[in-house]
Amino acid sequence: MRWMLGVPFVALLWVPLYARVRPAWLGIPFFYWYVFGWVGVTAAINAVVYRKTFSGKGER
Amino acid sequence: MTAVFVTLVAVVAAVGFVAGRRGGKLDSIEEWGLAGRRFGTLITWFLIGGDAYTAYTLLAVPGLVYGAGANGFFAVVYVTLAYPLFYLVMPRLWEVAKRHGHVTLADFAQAHFSSAGLGKAVAFTGILATVPYIALQLVGIEVAIQALGYGNSSWPLWAAFGLLVVWDYASGLRAPASVAVIKDVMVFTVVIAAMAIIPQRLGGFAHILAAVPAKMLVLQPGQYFGFATLALGSALAILLYPHITTSVLSASSQRVVERNAVYLQAYNLVLGLIAALGFMALAAGVHAGSSNEAVPLLLTRMMPGWFAGFCLAAIAIGGLVPAAVMAIAAASLFTRNLLKGRGADAATAKRISLGLKLAALAFVLWGRPGFMINFQLLGGIWILQTLPAVLFGLMGWRVRAGVLIAGWAAGMATGTAMAWWQGMGSLFPVFGWNGYSGLWALAVNLAVVAGCGLPTAAGAASRTAGTAQAQPRLP
Repeated sequence: MRWMLGVPFVALLWVPLYARVRPAWLGIPFFYWYVFGWVGVTAAINAVVYRKTFSGKGER
Repeated sequence: MTAVFVTLVAVVAAVGFVAGRRGGKLDSIEEWGLAGRRFGTLITWFLIGGDAYTAYTLLAVPGLVYGAGANGFFAVVYVTLAYPLFYLVMPRLWEVAKRHGHVTLADFAQAHFSSAGLGKAVAFTGILATVPYIALQLVGIEVAIQALGYGNSSWPLWAAFGLLVVWDYASGLRAPASVAVIKDVMVFTVVIAAMAIIPQRLGGFAHILAAVPAKMLVLQPGQYFGFATLALGSALAILLYPHITTSVLSASSQRVVERNAVYLQAYNLVLGLIAALGFMALAAGVHAGSSNEAVPLLLTRMMPGWFAGFCLAAIAIGGLVPAAVMAIAAASLFTRNLLKGRGADAATAKRISLGLKLAALAFVLWGRPGFMINFQLLGGIWILQTLPAVLFGLMGWRVRAGVLIAGWAAGMATGTAMAWWQGMGSLFPVFGWNGYSGLWALAVNLAVVAGCGLPTAAGAASRTAGTAQAQPRLP
Protein backbone atom coordinates (compact mmCIF):
# COMPACT_ATOMS: atom_id res chain seq x y z
CA MET A 1 0.00 0.00 0.00
CA ARG A 2 2.82 2.40 0.79
CA TRP A 3 3.71 2.70 -2.91
CA MET A 4 0.54 4.76 -3.30
CA LEU A 5 2.23 7.56 -1.36
CA GLY A 6 4.56 7.95 -4.36
CA VAL A 7 1.70 8.96 -6.65
CA PRO A 8 1.50 12.60 -5.47
CA PHE A 9 5.24 12.94 -6.12
CA VAL A 10 4.85 11.93 -9.76
CA ALA A 11 1.76 14.10 -10.13
CA LEU A 12 3.27 17.24 -8.60
CA LEU A 13 6.93 16.99 -9.61
CA TRP A 14 6.16 16.35 -13.30
CA VAL A 15 5.53 20.05 -13.80
CA PRO A 16 4.82 20.13 -17.60
CA LEU A 17 1.75 18.05 -16.82
CA TYR A 18 -0.04 20.94 -15.17
CA ALA A 19 1.83 24.21 -15.81
CA ARG A 20 -0.91 25.44 -18.14
CA VAL A 21 -3.66 28.04 -18.20
CA ARG A 22 -6.32 25.94 -19.96
CA PRO A 23 -8.72 24.47 -19.13
CA ALA A 24 -9.53 27.40 -16.87
CA TRP A 25 -12.61 27.41 -14.65
CA LEU A 26 -14.20 30.50 -13.11
CA GLY A 27 -11.34 32.46 -14.66
CA ILE A 28 -8.76 30.54 -12.62
CA PRO A 29 -6.06 28.70 -14.62
CA PHE A 30 -5.80 24.91 -14.52
CA PHE A 31 -2.44 25.14 -12.66
CA TYR A 32 -4.13 26.40 -9.49
CA TRP A 33 -7.02 23.93 -9.54
CA TYR A 34 -4.51 21.12 -10.01
CA VAL A 35 -2.25 22.20 -7.13
CA PHE A 36 -5.20 22.71 -4.76
CA GLY A 37 -6.81 19.48 -5.94
CA TRP A 38 -3.70 17.46 -5.13
CA VAL A 39 -3.69 18.72 -1.56
CA GLY A 40 -7.03 16.91 -1.13
CA VAL A 41 -6.06 13.85 -3.17
CA THR A 42 -2.79 13.45 -1.25
CA ALA A 43 -4.66 13.60 2.05
CA ALA A 44 -7.15 11.00 0.74
CA ILE A 45 -4.39 8.64 -0.43
CA ASN A 46 -2.62 9.01 2.89
CA ALA A 47 -5.86 8.30 4.77
CA VAL A 48 -6.40 5.10 2.76
CA VAL A 49 -2.84 3.94 3.43
CA TYR A 50 -3.30 4.65 7.14
CA ARG A 51 -6.57 2.68 7.27
CA LYS A 52 -5.22 -0.29 5.37
CA THR A 53 -1.97 -0.45 7.29
CA PHE A 54 -3.50 -0.34 10.71
CA SER A 55 -6.87 -2.05 10.37
CA GLY A 56 -6.98 -4.93 12.79
CA LYS A 57 -3.93 -3.85 14.76
CA GLY A 58 -6.04 -1.92 17.22
CA GLU A 59 -5.13 1.10 19.29
CA ARG A 60 -1.52 1.45 20.24
CA MET B 1 -6.30 49.03 15.38
CA THR B 2 -3.50 49.27 17.93
CA ALA B 3 -5.87 48.57 20.86
CA VAL B 4 -7.08 45.30 19.29
CA PHE B 5 -3.51 44.30 18.50
CA VAL B 6 -2.20 45.01 22.00
CA THR B 7 -5.15 43.28 23.71
CA LEU B 8 -4.74 40.10 21.65
CA VAL B 9 -0.99 39.93 22.17
CA ALA B 10 -1.47 40.50 25.92
CA VAL B 11 -4.05 37.68 26.14
CA VAL B 12 -1.75 35.33 24.29
CA ALA B 13 1.21 36.32 26.47
CA ALA B 14 -0.81 35.44 29.59
CA VAL B 15 -1.99 32.11 28.13
CA GLY B 16 1.61 31.15 27.39
CA PHE B 17 2.69 32.17 30.88
CA VAL B 18 0.10 30.09 32.76
CA ALA B 19 0.39 27.10 30.38
CA GLY B 20 3.33 25.77 32.38
CA ARG B 21 1.27 25.33 35.55
CA ARG B 22 -0.40 22.26 34.10
CA GLY B 23 1.48 18.98 33.97
CA GLY B 24 4.75 17.98 35.58
CA LYS B 25 7.63 20.12 36.82
CA LEU B 26 9.91 21.58 34.20
CA ASP B 27 13.14 20.19 35.66
CA SER B 28 14.00 17.74 32.91
CA ILE B 29 14.52 18.53 29.25
CA GLU B 30 11.82 15.99 28.42
CA GLU B 31 9.28 18.04 30.38
CA TRP B 32 10.58 21.46 29.35
CA GLY B 33 11.36 20.69 25.72
CA LEU B 34 8.83 17.97 24.85
CA ALA B 35 6.11 18.70 27.44
CA GLY B 36 6.53 15.14 28.70
CA ARG B 37 5.41 13.64 25.34
CA ARG B 38 1.78 14.07 26.30
CA PHE B 39 0.11 15.92 23.41
CA GLY B 40 -2.89 14.23 21.78
CA THR B 41 -4.00 14.37 18.15
CA LEU B 42 -5.67 17.79 18.35
CA ILE B 43 -2.96 19.67 20.25
CA THR B 44 -0.29 18.09 18.05
CA TRP B 45 -2.23 19.22 14.99
CA PHE B 46 -2.35 22.79 16.29
CA LEU B 47 1.26 22.71 17.43
CA ILE B 48 2.77 21.40 14.18
CA GLY B 49 0.45 23.65 12.19
CA GLY B 50 1.32 26.62 14.38
CA ASP B 51 4.99 25.80 14.18
CA ALA B 52 5.49 24.90 10.51
CA TYR B 53 3.41 27.74 9.05
CA THR B 54 5.38 30.62 10.51
CA ALA B 55 4.92 34.40 10.42
CA TYR B 56 7.59 34.42 7.80
CA THR B 57 5.51 31.95 5.75
CA LEU B 58 2.46 34.18 6.10
CA LEU B 59 4.47 37.12 4.74
CA ALA B 60 7.07 35.57 2.44
CA VAL B 61 4.92 33.09 0.48
CA PRO B 62 2.36 35.69 -0.68
CA GLY B 63 5.29 38.11 -1.02
CA LEU B 64 6.93 35.67 -3.43
CA VAL B 65 3.67 35.32 -5.38
CA TYR B 66 3.38 39.13 -5.42
CA GLY B 67 6.88 39.39 -6.84
CA ALA B 68 7.28 36.24 -8.92
CA GLY B 69 3.79 34.88 -9.56
CA ALA B 70 3.05 31.18 -9.99
CA ASN B 71 6.60 30.21 -8.98
CA GLY B 72 5.68 31.11 -5.39
CA PHE B 73 3.22 28.22 -5.34
CA PHE B 74 6.16 25.83 -5.05
CA ALA B 75 5.57 26.37 -1.33
CA VAL B 76 2.11 24.78 -1.54
CA VAL B 77 3.49 21.86 -3.55
CA TYR B 78 6.32 21.22 -1.12
CA VAL B 79 4.17 21.17 2.00
CA THR B 80 1.71 18.85 0.23
CA LEU B 81 4.54 16.42 -0.52
CA ALA B 82 6.05 16.80 2.95
CA TYR B 83 3.22 14.87 4.66
CA PRO B 84 3.49 11.54 2.79
CA LEU B 85 7.19 11.65 3.72
CA PHE B 86 6.21 12.65 7.25
CA TYR B 87 3.92 9.61 7.38
CA LEU B 88 6.73 7.28 6.28
CA VAL B 89 9.42 8.45 8.70
CA MET B 90 7.99 10.32 11.67
CA PRO B 91 5.96 7.55 13.38
CA ARG B 92 9.09 5.40 13.26
CA LEU B 93 11.20 8.20 14.69
CA TRP B 94 8.65 8.83 17.43
CA GLU B 95 8.68 5.17 18.44
CA VAL B 96 12.48 4.86 18.55
CA ALA B 97 12.81 8.18 20.38
CA LYS B 98 10.22 7.18 22.96
CA ARG B 99 11.89 3.82 23.56
CA HIS B 100 15.34 5.32 24.07
CA GLY B 101 14.38 8.67 25.56
CA HIS B 102 15.70 10.67 22.60
CA VAL B 103 14.73 14.32 22.57
CA THR B 104 16.47 15.44 19.36
CA LEU B 105 17.34 14.02 15.93
CA ALA B 106 20.99 14.29 16.94
CA ASP B 107 20.28 12.02 19.96
CA PHE B 108 18.93 9.46 17.53
CA ALA B 109 21.82 9.71 15.05
CA GLN B 110 24.35 9.62 17.89
CA ALA B 111 22.83 6.50 19.47
CA HIS B 112 22.07 4.61 16.30
CA PHE B 113 25.51 5.03 14.79
CA SER B 114 27.28 5.01 18.18
CA SER B 115 29.06 8.23 17.29
CA ALA B 116 29.18 11.42 19.32
CA GLY B 117 30.83 13.09 16.33
CA LEU B 118 27.86 12.39 14.07
CA GLY B 119 25.49 13.59 16.79
CA LYS B 120 27.47 16.81 17.03
CA ALA B 121 27.39 17.29 13.24
CA VAL B 122 23.61 16.86 13.17
CA ALA B 123 23.15 19.14 16.19
CA PHE B 124 25.49 21.82 14.85
CA THR B 125 23.67 21.85 11.51
CA GLY B 126 20.28 22.09 13.19
CA ILE B 127 21.34 25.04 15.36
CA LEU B 128 22.99 26.79 12.43
CA ALA B 129 19.81 26.46 10.37
CA THR B 130 17.47 27.45 13.21
CA VAL B 131 18.97 30.66 14.61
CA PRO B 132 18.43 32.69 11.39
CA TYR B 133 14.94 31.15 11.21
CA ILE B 134 14.19 32.57 14.68
CA ALA B 135 15.55 35.90 13.45
CA LEU B 136 13.14 35.81 10.50
CA GLN B 137 10.22 35.34 12.90
CA LEU B 138 11.33 38.48 14.75
CA VAL B 139 11.44 40.28 11.40
CA GLY B 140 7.88 39.10 10.68
CA ILE B 141 6.74 40.50 14.03
CA GLU B 142 8.55 43.75 13.23
CA VAL B 143 6.82 44.00 9.83
CA ALA B 144 3.41 43.48 11.48
CA ILE B 145 4.08 46.19 14.06
CA GLN B 146 5.41 48.59 11.43
CA ALA B 147 2.17 48.13 9.50
CA LEU B 148 0.35 49.40 12.60
CA GLY B 149 2.15 52.65 11.92
CA TYR B 150 5.10 52.48 14.31
CA GLY B 151 8.02 53.24 11.95
CA ASN B 152 11.52 51.96 12.44
CA SER B 153 12.18 51.47 16.10
CA SER B 154 13.62 48.41 17.76
CA TRP B 155 11.30 48.21 20.79
CA PRO B 156 8.91 45.66 19.17
CA LEU B 157 11.84 43.32 18.73
CA TRP B 158 12.88 43.68 22.36
CA ALA B 159 9.27 43.20 23.48
CA ALA B 160 8.92 40.01 21.44
CA PHE B 161 12.25 38.80 22.76
CA GLY B 162 11.22 39.50 26.36
CA LEU B 163 7.93 37.68 25.92
CA LEU B 164 9.70 34.63 24.48
CA VAL B 165 12.12 34.55 27.39
CA VAL B 166 9.29 34.66 29.95
CA TRP B 167 7.39 31.86 28.16
CA ASP B 168 10.52 29.80 27.99
CA TYR B 169 11.21 30.02 31.71
CA ALA B 170 7.60 29.69 32.85
CA SER B 171 6.25 26.99 30.55
CA GLY B 172 8.75 25.47 28.11
CA LEU B 173 7.05 23.84 25.13
CA ARG B 174 3.63 24.13 26.76
CA ALA B 175 3.56 27.88 26.06
CA PRO B 176 3.76 27.69 22.26
CA ALA B 177 1.48 24.61 22.27
CA SER B 178 -1.29 26.49 24.09
CA VAL B 179 -0.81 29.66 22.10
CA ALA B 180 -0.68 27.70 18.81
CA VAL B 181 -4.39 26.92 19.23
CA ILE B 182 -5.19 30.64 19.42
CA LYS B 183 -2.75 31.49 16.64
CA ASP B 184 -4.17 28.96 14.22
CA VAL B 185 -7.78 29.96 14.91
CA MET B 186 -6.79 33.60 14.33
CA VAL B 187 -4.98 32.80 11.08
CA PHE B 188 -7.97 30.78 9.83
CA THR B 189 -10.27 33.69 10.71
CA VAL B 190 -8.04 36.11 8.81
CA VAL B 191 -7.93 33.87 5.74
CA ILE B 192 -11.69 33.23 5.71
CA ALA B 193 -12.46 36.93 6.16
CA ALA B 194 -9.89 37.90 3.52
CA MET B 195 -11.44 35.45 1.04
CA ALA B 196 -14.94 36.73 1.82
CA ILE B 197 -14.09 40.41 1.55
CA ILE B 198 -11.09 41.11 -0.68
CA PRO B 199 -11.99 39.25 -3.94
CA GLN B 200 -15.43 40.83 -3.83
CA ARG B 201 -13.99 44.31 -3.43
CA LEU B 202 -11.57 43.66 -6.29
CA GLY B 203 -14.28 42.37 -8.62
CA GLY B 204 -13.87 38.60 -8.23
CA PHE B 205 -11.05 36.07 -8.74
CA ALA B 206 -11.20 36.22 -12.53
CA HIS B 207 -10.76 39.98 -12.36
CA ILE B 208 -7.86 39.68 -9.90
CA LEU B 209 -6.02 37.18 -12.08
CA ALA B 210 -6.65 39.29 -15.19
CA ALA B 211 -4.52 41.97 -13.53
CA VAL B 212 -1.58 39.55 -13.23
CA PRO B 213 0.95 39.64 -16.12
CA ALA B 214 0.55 36.50 -18.28
CA LYS B 215 4.16 35.40 -17.61
CA MET B 216 3.54 35.40 -13.86
CA LEU B 217 0.20 33.65 -14.01
CA VAL B 218 1.61 30.28 -14.99
CA LEU B 219 5.08 28.71 -14.88
CA GLN B 220 7.32 29.18 -17.90
CA PRO B 221 9.15 26.11 -19.30
CA GLY B 222 12.51 27.43 -18.06
CA GLN B 223 11.15 27.37 -14.49
CA TYR B 224 9.89 23.76 -14.43
CA PHE B 225 13.01 22.04 -13.19
CA GLY B 226 13.75 24.69 -10.57
CA PHE B 227 10.16 24.53 -9.34
CA ALA B 228 10.17 20.74 -9.03
CA THR B 229 13.58 20.45 -7.36
CA LEU B 230 12.83 23.28 -4.94
CA ALA B 231 9.55 21.59 -4.03
CA LEU B 232 11.15 18.18 -3.47
CA GLY B 233 14.19 19.55 -1.65
CA SER B 234 12.10 21.74 0.63
CA ALA B 235 9.71 18.85 1.40
CA LEU B 236 12.69 16.78 2.55
CA ALA B 237 14.30 19.69 4.39
CA ILE B 238 11.32 20.75 6.47
CA LEU B 239 11.11 17.33 8.14
CA LEU B 240 14.72 17.65 9.27
CA TYR B 241 14.34 21.04 10.96
CA PRO B 242 14.67 20.77 14.77
CA HIS B 243 11.41 22.61 15.52
CA ILE B 244 9.43 20.05 13.52
CA THR B 245 11.12 17.11 15.25
CA THR B 246 10.40 18.67 18.63
CA SER B 247 6.69 19.01 17.82
CA VAL B 248 6.52 15.43 16.54
CA LEU B 249 8.31 13.92 19.53
CA SER B 250 6.00 15.74 21.96
CA ALA B 251 3.06 13.67 20.66
CA SER B 252 1.62 11.10 23.05
CA SER B 253 1.58 8.13 20.67
CA GLN B 254 2.61 6.87 17.27
CA ARG B 255 -0.98 7.01 16.11
CA VAL B 256 -1.17 10.72 16.90
CA VAL B 257 1.76 11.26 14.54
CA GLU B 258 0.27 9.06 11.80
CA ARG B 259 -3.14 10.68 11.88
CA ASN B 260 -1.63 14.13 11.70
CA ALA B 261 0.07 13.31 8.41
CA VAL B 262 -3.47 13.23 7.02
CA TYR B 263 -5.11 16.00 9.03
CA LEU B 264 -2.27 18.50 8.64
CA GLN B 265 -2.94 18.67 4.88
CA ALA B 266 -5.84 20.98 5.80
CA TYR B 267 -3.27 23.69 6.52
CA ASN B 268 -2.03 23.45 2.95
CA LEU B 269 -5.37 24.60 1.56
CA VAL B 270 -5.09 27.57 3.91
CA LEU B 271 -1.51 28.17 2.75
CA GLY B 272 -2.70 28.12 -0.88
CA LEU B 273 -5.25 30.80 -0.08
CA ILE B 274 -2.60 32.82 1.78
CA ALA B 275 -0.36 32.55 -1.30
CA ALA B 276 -3.25 33.88 -3.41
CA LEU B 277 -3.20 37.06 -1.28
CA GLY B 278 -0.05 37.94 -3.26
CA PHE B 279 -2.09 38.14 -6.47
CA MET B 280 -4.72 40.18 -4.67
CA ALA B 281 -2.05 42.65 -3.54
CA LEU B 282 -0.96 42.95 -7.18
CA ALA B 283 -4.52 43.49 -8.37
CA ALA B 284 -5.20 46.02 -5.62
CA GLY B 285 -2.21 48.02 -6.82
CA VAL B 286 -0.31 47.71 -3.54
CA HIS B 287 3.19 49.14 -3.84
CA ALA B 288 5.32 47.30 -1.32
CA GLY B 289 8.88 48.44 -0.67
CA SER B 290 9.84 44.84 0.10
CA SER B 291 7.66 41.92 -0.96
CA ASN B 292 7.16 40.94 2.72
CA GLU B 293 5.09 44.08 3.20
CA ALA B 294 2.59 43.23 0.45
CA VAL B 295 0.17 41.34 2.70
CA PRO B 296 0.15 43.76 5.66
CA LEU B 297 -0.40 46.65 3.23
CA LEU B 298 -3.21 44.77 1.49
CA LEU B 299 -4.91 43.90 4.79
CA THR B 300 -4.68 47.42 6.24
CA ARG B 301 -6.07 48.85 3.01
CA MET B 302 -8.94 46.38 2.55
CA MET B 303 -10.09 45.66 6.10
CA PRO B 304 -11.80 47.87 8.67
CA GLY B 305 -9.27 49.28 11.15
CA TRP B 306 -10.07 47.04 14.12
CA PHE B 307 -9.96 43.90 11.98
CA ALA B 308 -6.67 44.97 10.40
CA GLY B 309 -5.38 45.06 14.00
CA PHE B 310 -6.65 41.50 14.44
CA CYS B 311 -4.90 40.40 11.22
CA LEU B 312 -1.59 41.98 12.20
CA ALA B 313 -1.83 40.42 15.66
CA ALA B 314 -2.35 37.03 13.96
CA ILE B 315 0.88 37.58 12.01
CA ALA B 316 2.81 38.69 15.10
CA ILE B 317 1.54 35.75 17.19
CA GLY B 318 2.27 33.60 14.17
CA GLY B 319 5.90 34.58 14.66
CA LEU B 320 5.98 34.05 18.42
CA VAL B 321 4.82 30.42 18.34
CA PRO B 322 7.45 29.06 15.93
CA ALA B 323 10.17 31.25 17.43
CA ALA B 324 9.47 29.73 20.85
CA VAL B 325 9.53 26.15 19.52
CA MET B 326 12.65 26.81 17.46
CA ALA B 327 14.54 28.23 20.44
CA ILE B 328 13.55 25.23 22.56
CA ALA B 329 14.53 22.78 19.82
CA ALA B 330 17.89 24.43 19.16
CA ALA B 331 18.63 24.71 22.88
CA SER B 332 17.83 21.01 23.35
CA LEU B 333 20.31 20.18 20.59
CA PHE B 334 22.96 22.41 22.12
CA THR B 335 22.51 21.09 25.65
CA ARG B 336 22.20 17.40 24.88
CA ASN B 337 24.46 17.01 21.89
CA LEU B 338 27.11 19.73 21.91
CA LEU B 339 27.82 20.13 25.63
CA LYS B 340 30.03 17.47 27.06
CA GLY B 341 28.82 15.12 29.71
CA ARG B 342 25.40 13.80 30.67
CA GLY B 343 23.05 15.30 33.19
CA ALA B 344 22.43 18.40 31.10
CA ASP B 345 19.23 19.66 32.66
CA ALA B 346 16.43 22.03 31.78
CA ALA B 347 18.07 24.90 33.68
CA THR B 348 21.06 24.74 31.34
CA ALA B 349 18.79 24.42 28.32
CA LYS B 350 16.84 27.52 29.35
CA ARG B 351 20.04 29.55 29.57
CA ILE B 352 21.17 28.26 26.17
CA SER B 353 17.76 29.04 24.72
CA LEU B 354 18.14 32.60 26.02
CA GLY B 355 21.57 32.85 24.40
CA LEU B 356 20.32 31.56 21.04
CA LYS B 357 17.42 34.02 21.08
CA LEU B 358 19.90 36.82 21.84
CA ALA B 359 21.93 35.69 18.84
CA ALA B 360 18.80 35.83 16.67
CA LEU B 361 17.97 39.29 18.01
CA ALA B 362 21.51 40.48 17.28
CA PHE B 363 21.11 39.13 13.74
CA VAL B 364 18.04 41.32 13.25
CA LEU B 365 19.34 44.43 14.99
CA TRP B 366 22.83 44.54 13.58
CA GLY B 367 22.92 42.21 10.59
CA ARG B 368 22.82 43.73 7.14
CA PRO B 369 19.40 43.45 5.49
CA GLY B 370 19.32 40.38 3.32
CA PHE B 371 22.00 38.69 5.41
CA MET B 372 19.41 36.72 7.36
CA ILE B 373 17.47 35.72 4.30
CA ASN B 374 20.69 34.43 2.73
CA PHE B 375 21.47 32.58 5.92
CA GLN B 376 17.98 31.10 5.95
CA LEU B 377 18.45 29.92 2.36
CA LEU B 378 21.74 28.31 3.34
CA GLY B 379 20.01 26.80 6.38
CA GLY B 380 17.69 24.82 4.10
CA ILE B 381 20.62 23.57 2.06
CA TRP B 382 22.57 22.65 5.19
CA ILE B 383 19.78 20.88 7.02
CA LEU B 384 19.27 18.64 3.96
CA GLN B 385 22.78 17.31 4.47
CA THR B 386 21.65 15.58 7.67
CA LEU B 387 19.20 13.46 5.67
CA PRO B 388 21.46 10.42 5.10
CA ALA B 389 22.20 10.06 8.83
CA VAL B 390 18.51 10.26 9.75
CA LEU B 391 17.12 8.21 6.89
CA PHE B 392 19.70 5.42 6.97
CA GLY B 393 19.31 5.32 10.74
CA LEU B 394 15.55 4.89 10.50
CA MET B 395 15.95 2.24 7.80
CA GLY B 396 18.24 0.35 10.13
CA TRP B 397 21.09 0.41 7.63
CA ARG B 398 24.58 -0.08 8.95
CA VAL B 399 26.80 2.68 7.68
CA ARG B 400 29.96 3.79 9.44
CA ALA B 401 29.53 7.15 11.17
CA GLY B 402 32.78 8.41 9.65
CA VAL B 403 31.37 7.81 6.17
CA LEU B 404 28.20 9.75 7.00
CA ILE B 405 30.26 12.61 8.43
CA ALA B 406 32.38 12.69 5.25
CA GLY B 407 29.22 12.84 3.11
CA TRP B 408 27.78 15.55 5.35
CA ALA B 409 30.95 17.65 5.07
CA ALA B 410 31.05 17.24 1.28
CA GLY B 411 27.36 18.21 1.01
CA MET B 412 27.77 21.25 3.29
CA ALA B 413 30.76 22.48 1.28
CA THR B 414 29.13 21.85 -2.10
CA GLY B 415 25.82 23.48 -1.18
CA THR B 416 27.46 26.53 0.38
CA ALA B 417 29.77 26.99 -2.62
CA MET B 418 26.88 26.66 -5.08
CA ALA B 419 24.74 29.23 -3.27
CA TRP B 420 27.73 31.56 -2.95
CA TRP B 421 28.62 31.16 -6.62
CA GLN B 422 25.09 32.15 -7.63
CA GLY B 423 25.12 35.27 -5.45
CA MET B 424 22.92 33.58 -2.83
CA GLY B 425 20.41 32.18 -5.29
CA SER B 426 18.72 28.88 -4.51
CA LEU B 427 19.17 27.39 -7.99
CA PHE B 428 22.40 26.17 -9.59
CA PRO B 429 22.76 24.93 -13.17
CA VAL B 430 24.38 21.51 -13.57
CA PHE B 431 24.80 20.53 -17.25
CA GLY B 432 22.10 23.04 -18.14
CA TRP B 433 19.66 21.74 -15.48
CA ASN B 434 18.88 24.68 -13.22
CA GLY B 435 17.95 22.93 -9.98
CA TYR B 436 17.89 23.49 -6.22
CA SER B 437 21.43 23.66 -4.79
CA GLY B 438 20.32 21.76 -1.70
CA LEU B 439 19.44 18.71 -3.80
CA TRP B 440 22.64 18.88 -5.84
CA ALA B 441 24.60 19.04 -2.58
CA LEU B 442 22.59 16.11 -1.22
CA ALA B 443 23.49 14.15 -4.37
CA VAL B 444 27.19 14.81 -3.70
CA ASN B 445 26.66 13.86 -0.06
CA LEU B 446 25.00 10.54 -1.02
CA ALA B 447 27.66 9.85 -3.68
CA VAL B 448 30.38 10.22 -1.05
CA VAL B 449 28.47 7.95 1.34
CA ALA B 450 27.96 5.35 -1.39
CA GLY B 451 31.54 5.69 -2.64
CA CYS B 452 33.30 5.17 0.68
CA GLY B 453 30.48 3.44 2.50
CA LEU B 454 29.60 0.42 0.40
CA PRO B 455 33.01 -1.27 0.41
CA THR B 456 33.13 -1.08 4.20
CA ALA B 457 29.46 -1.71 4.97
CA ALA B 458 29.91 -5.43 5.62
CA GLY B 459 32.83 -4.86 7.96
CA ALA B 460 30.99 -2.14 9.83
CA ALA B 461 27.99 -4.40 10.29
CA SER B 462 30.04 -7.10 11.96
CA ARG B 463 31.81 -4.57 14.16
CA THR B 464 28.69 -2.86 15.46
CA ALA B 465 26.34 -5.81 15.57
CA GLY B 466 26.90 -6.26 19.29
CA THR B 467 25.94 -2.75 20.41
CA ALA B 468 23.24 -2.41 22.98
CA GLN B 469 21.08 -0.14 20.82
CA ALA B 470 18.08 -1.98 19.42
CA GLN B 471 18.00 -1.66 15.66
CA PRO B 472 14.93 0.02 14.23
CA ARG B 473 13.68 -1.34 10.94
CA LEU B 474 10.88 -0.18 8.74
CA PRO B 475 7.98 -2.62 8.97
